[in-house]
Amino acid sequence: MVAKENEQDVGIDKQFLAAPVKSAVDKFQLLPEFLKVRGLVKQHLDSFNYFVRTGMKNIVRANKEIRSTVDKNVYLRYKSVRIGEPSVVVNSVMDQLSPHRCRLSDITYAAPIYVDIEYVTESNGKKSTATKSDVIIGKMPIMLRSCCCLLYGKDEEELARLGECPLDPGGYFIVKGTEKVILIQEQLSKNRIIIDTDKKGCVQASVMSSTEARKSKTVIVMEKEKIYLSLNQFEKKVPIMAVMKAMGMESDQEVVQMLGRDPRYGALLLPSIEECASHHVYTQQEALEFLEGKVAKSRFYSASVEKEGRAMVILRDVFVANIPVRENNFRLKCMYVAVMLRRMMEAIINKDAMDDKDYVGNKRLELSGQLLSLLFEDLFKTLNEEAVKEVDAFLNKPSRSRFDFSTYITRGRITVGLERALSTGNWDVKRFRMNRKGMTQVVARLSFIGTLGMMTRIQPQFEKSRKVSGPRALQPSQWGMLCPCDTPEGEACGLVKNLALMTHVTTDQEEGPIISLCYCLGVEDLELLSGEELHAPNSYLIILNGLILGKHRRPKQFAQAMRKLRRAGKIGEFISIFVNEKQHCLYIASDGGRVCRPLVIADRGVSRIKEHHMKELKDGMRNFDSFLREGLIEYLDVNEENNALIALYEGEATIDTTHIEIEPFTILGVCAGLIPFPHHNQSPRNTYQCAMGKQAMGNIAYNQLCRMDTLIYLLVYPQRPLLTTRTIELVGYDKLGAGQNATVAVMSYSGYDIEDAIVMNKSSLDRGFGRCIVMKKLAAVHQKYANNTSDRIIRPQRDGRNAEKMQILDEDGLAAPGEIIRPQDVYIYKQSPIDTKNTISGTVPESFYKDSWQTYKGPEGETAVVDRVALSTDRNDNMSITFMIRHTRRPEVGDKFSSRHGQKGVCGTIVQQEDFPFSERGICPDLIMNPHGFPSRMTVGKMIELLGGKAGVSCGRFHYGSAFGEPSGHADKVEVISETLVKHGFSYTGKDFIYSGITGMPLQAYIFMGPIYYQKLKHMVLDKMHARGSGPKVMMTRQPTEGRSRNGGLRVGEMERDCLIAYGASMLIYERLMISSDPFEVQVCRKCGLLGYYNSKLKAAICSTCKDGEKISTLKLPYACKLLFQELQSMNIVPRLQLTEA
Amino acid sequence: MEKVSVWDLPDVPEGQLPSHIQLQRTRVHCNPDAPTHTENVQYSGAYSSVGVDNSLQLEQFRKNFRVEVIRLGKEDMEFDMIGVDPSLANAFRRILIAELPTMAIEKVLIANNTSVVQDEVLSHRLGLIPINADPRLFDYKSENDDPKENNTIVFKLHVRCERGGPRLTVKSDQLKWLPNGSEFSLETSAAKSTAKPKTYTTFHTSQETLHDFSKKPIAPCHPDIILSKLGPGQEIELEAHAVKGMGKTHAKWSPVATAWYRMLPEVVLLQQVEDERAEKLVKTCPVNVFDIEDVGKGKKRAIVARPRGCTLCRECIREDEFKQDVALRRVKDHFIFTIESTGALPPEVLFTEAVKILEDKCERVITELS
Ligand code: SF4
Repeated sequence: MVAKENEQDVGIDKQFLAAPVKSAVDKFQLLPEFLKVRGLVKQHLDSFNYFVRTGMKNIVRANKEIRSTVDKNVYLRYKSVRIGEPSVVVNSVMDQLSPHRCRLSDITYAAPIYVDIEYVTESNGKKSTATKSDVIIGKMPIMLRSCCCLLYGKDEEELARLGECPLDPGGYFIVKGTEKVILIQEQLSKNRIIIDTDKKGCVQASVMSSTEARKSKTVIVMEKEKIYLSLNQFEKKVPIMAVMKAMGMESDQEVVQMLGRDPRYGALLLPSIEECASHHVYTQQEALEFLEGKVAKSRFYSASVEKEGRAMVILRDVFVANIPVRENNFRLKCMYVAVMLRRMMEAIINKDAMDDKDYVGNKRLELSGQLLSLLFEDLFKTLNEEAVKEVDAFLNKPSRSRFDFSTYITRGRITVGLERALSTGNWDVKRFRMNRKGMTQVVARLSFIGTLGMMTRIQPQFEKSRKVSGPRALQPSQWGMLCPCDTPEGEACGLVKNLALMTHVTTDQEEGPIISLCYCLGVEDLELLSGEELHAPNSYLIILNGLILGKHRRPKQFAQAMRKLRRAGKIGEFISIFVNEKQHCLYIASDGGRVCRPLVIADRGVSRIKEHHMKELKDGMRNFDSFLREGLIEYLDVNEENNALIALYEGEATIDTTHIEIEPFTILGVCAGLIPFPHHNQSPRNTYQCAMGKQAMGNIAYNQLCRMDTLIYLLVYPQRPLLTTRTIELVGYDKLGAGQNATVAVMSYSGYDIEDAIVMNKSSLDRGFGRCIVMKKLAAVHQKYANNTSDRIIRPQRDGRNAEKMQILDEDGLAAPGEIIRPQDVYIYKQSPIDTKNTISGTVPESFYKDSWQTYKGPEGETAVVDRVALSTDRNDNMSITFMIRHTRRPEVGDKFSSRHGQKGVCGTIVQQEDFPFSERGICPDLIMNPHGFPSRMTVGKMIELLGGKAGVSCGRFHYGSAFGEPSGHADKVEVISETLVKHGFSYTGKDFIYSGITGMPLQAYIFMGPIYYQKLKHMVLDKMHARGSGPKVMMTRQPTEGRSRNGGLRVGEMERDCLIAYGASMLIYERLMISSDPFEVQVCRKCGLLGYYNSKLKAAICSTCKDGEKISTLKLPYACKLLFQELQSMNIVPRLQLTEA
Repeated sequence: MEKVSVWDLPDVPEGQLPSHIQLQRTRVHCNPDAPTHTENVQYSGAYSSVGVDNSLQLEQFRKNFRVEVIRLGKEDMEFDMIGVDPSLANAFRRILIAELPTMAIEKVLIANNTSVVQDEVLSHRLGLIPINADPRLFDYKSENDDPKENNTIVFKLHVRCERGGPRLTVKSDQLKWLPNGSEFSLETSAAKSTAKPKTYTTFHTSQETLHDFSKKPIAPCHPDIILSKLGPGQEIELEAHAVKGMGKTHAKWSPVATAWYRMLPEVVLLQQVEDERAEKLVKTCPVNVFDIEDVGKGKKRAIVARPRGCTLCRECIREDEFKQDVALRRVKDHFIFTIESTGALPPEVLFTEAVKILEDKCERVITELS
């Protein structure tokens, strides 16, 4: 027997060996190819494209006919819908729009929505149908780089001509000149049964149903052994058995049969059956009557509902709404409920069967397309409803002349609605009971990486304040889909996530063909099954998108067949087929919002991608799609990954391996991909860097100098990191870097480097290290008024009182580019009319205008320069003038710097070069970092970066440090780096023999020195430093103002006050809280204890209550205290002061 | 080991340091973990107990001090400075970097700049251009001084990229020296129509007539430093005023790219390294410090052939194998000095200038003291 088995084994091995030799094929090349076809924000673009191409058409088709309720013959029918080119109407001429123009002149990048219609017109009482094509019903904001965008399919040169940066990913909208991105929204998946426990620990099965018609949430919960249904439409929980009976399952036995033969399930259901009986509910009629009594009142129901009975309607339309009920046949729904109950009971019997809400497979990502589609549907329906209403009103008018239905659908409703939602971020769709805030955000243009990071960000479903750890924890199912590093610190930690490099988010796919395919492949229709068979042990339920199709006896073969069809391209590549052996179910998913990623298919552990495939790819004979089409690569979603055995590398594949990863570093996202050797760092450091990379200054985009953002930070001499990663090259960080390669010596120096401070070399700063440009936008509008008057911009005064202020103005009254602008300088000499209401006739006199110039209010001592002046027309056809003010800064003490390893520090001091240590080769570091930064942070990656950078500069080759890249050659090994160092005469440790620049003698230690990529962060002292002696006060309390922008004071707060009290420094408290703040002298009447006043005419103090000046004392108290008294008095509370000595 | 009382040890010979102390005094020991004995013993009486005078004697210094030029190029030189204290060598280095004056562009008057490079950045770039002018022929210009021929050099840069033409790279050779001073007239003086309109400088004579400037016109040292790039229709017109300054104030006035020294390496074989081990030792050193010598009878032995080339990579003492055989040391009073000039002055002149400055400083100290 044993021998036989061995033989078999050998036999298998032979086959195995006959396969082509397993050699590691470098599959990295696939990645750039993948990103080429996909781009970095494909998920957004795909979603939007789907909406534009399919979603919108479906919506219009579903509501294609509108009819007047007054005259049924009056109708309008939409025949087709499409989106034109982005354009704007200027002086009734259609003008093509380019995105950059929209940014500069504050307009929305939108394209008209054209419809072809057939409708009824009436003139002179005669009705006739007419057709019209290209009727514009509104304007759709267009996502940049989507299929409707002007930039679609353009190459680099054409993009440059349009003023666009070729590296810009697109995926956002331009609304009124601001770039807005609809963040990816994370949600629990719809139409799926989720088993979990509620707050009380009761097991519950919930389904969030969502169909085109309805959205509802059904919860079946087990409470005190009994099972109830909880639905919003019922006032309280109703027994599930009553519901079953109401749906026609009158026989208890059948219900028990549906749960399966196992007596345990029957036993669990027994209490519920008993309860139902205790209510004397036995028949469907009784059940319906029973439920009728539970229906929540005060809801509006139409007449048809009243006829049928509300309970019936609720059960049909609301209760698990995703299961269709055809001709009041509730059988499918009963089956579905039975499956829910069964899964619940399984979970009760075996706790492992509980679903994990945080499991990524149970999540759906909602993208811009879906969100816009909701909005569009609502607006489109509203438009139609309103059109009908107006038409009705018109038709009801007795005397009507001409009538044209088509004029009622060209209102601006859709345009305004879409624009408002995008610019405010409030999705307020009453129709779908949706009220969500903060869906859109302004694209952060602080750094290129920040922009990219924003496109991959996923907004959580929960509010951030919840103190839960579950959703925040790193989920193992996140692997490869969501970046494990990139999450913010603080309250949103773990909730806000980011997509990994290769993640794709699916869009909806049609179910119809899949359903028929399933039946063809031997799925037994559910309706033909008896209750008993539902859970027959030897067959699997086939569930498509939460809808039970039927059963299959050979699920494995079925899955195999489906997968084969998918790989052959016969069904969509994003359809997932997941066999759940525990639940005896086979899930097919084709819905949108699932995350998936490409993997190389392996047959019995042998990769399908061979050397020649990669060669063909290199020669340009293939692309990523051809790999996909030929079934070498496929997309797996999180659920299907559970059926796969994925090997990290080809060499590690065993005979059971079904897939092989393309590259391990793709588990990281864009932001984390910048870090060299992140797998050598302590993990929080990578997370810190992900947050900091977004604050680093550098190049924003190729068109950065043409952009007119409110605030731009640029580095003067940005560099490409010496130690790169593959991700850096893929996303283009090497072209738009945000940092400089600084030679760093890790040593202690001067004592100004404690607490992560760094010591900088003055000569390096002189030569341009860390120099940055800050640009701010100033704007002015040349306003036109209702009475046909307008502002005017006039010649500056060259002499006289204001001449000095107007020095920088050109003859046209605007500041000239290149002029140095100082605080109080006028940058636009504008005058406004005094009267903007009444119409003016004749010529207007000079006195009609008053000065309304605008002055620059920058900080003193900063020499800012006018960089650019741009004139454009804004939405209201006023001329708007924008000025960019530029300020070049060199680093100073207190500016914040950081390496790429979450090691931030401020500049502690700046030291002359001659005082800096120097090496044997005369190399003087640019900055000195304290070695204490290493032990607790454990950023070994930074040390390797230093070594790699040093080897890089000495041998002239960029070194790589991709995550987990050592085995596949995408990261250099330390040994190899060390060898390079030794070859060029350095120590293998990277430590050099250093001479002190002060004494001239060698240091008593070898110093770890080499280049590290340093980022300058946007936090600069110049923007933050603040002090004041005396200054402005708040009017009401007479206390100093708050905040730097108002030149406010520094507050001695509660805790500081506590310290002073504890210390007994009473006079100091007195001085701080009163004398330096709001001292005030009051007159207090000793008789009544109220405040009096000093009458300066009579030169006497008088109490206004007692009308008496006799017993008045003067005392000092804080003005805020006096204010309090008066405020109390105003609310009928009398504060009386009793003076012990006066 | 037999115990020996300290008192029984032989006396340390008077007037002469024990060898290991002597070694510590004159050599830095570059051990695998860290260098030791890097400090110089300054105190004159440090060794008085053994009768050794550690004070600095001028006679001695004169006798021992030597300078040997190893390499002298147009822009860089290497020389050995033997017999000085590190503090002295360091003083020269520091003076070279920070205290030797040169001429550098300090003020830029921009008439027009439509290039992509911002005014400040362009000015900064201009400032860093080394200028081929002997700073000794100019005076320092203080705040209230008028820019005159003896303290200011004026350059003009006027480039325009014609529309329709190809893009243009502006290089430092486009900077034209204006020996007669600024050509931009002051706005305020425009009203007075005197013969010569007032400009931003008040030159009395042309700089060309002064010194040897006619023979050797003033220009940037390197003609190919990229200043900016111009697209069609863009233009730069500016005047740059160079003044005398010191590296202390700004690195642009530093006459050296860098100047540094290193102590003479001394590699010592403490024990004989023979045959295979010798070959191995030779191979470990990436800069071929060691060589092989035939001692006859087919025997080979490692010798230290080129100690000067040692970069102190510590490869030879990295593994335990040769740790006992090789000692890496640095001679404390022998400095291999390298000067890389930016081009304004030849390196040898820079050094003599540095010496002069140090002399001045000493003189100042002496006068202060007396
Ligand atoms: S330290 Fe390095 S360079 Fe010097 S002798 Fe040893 S191996 Fe050669």
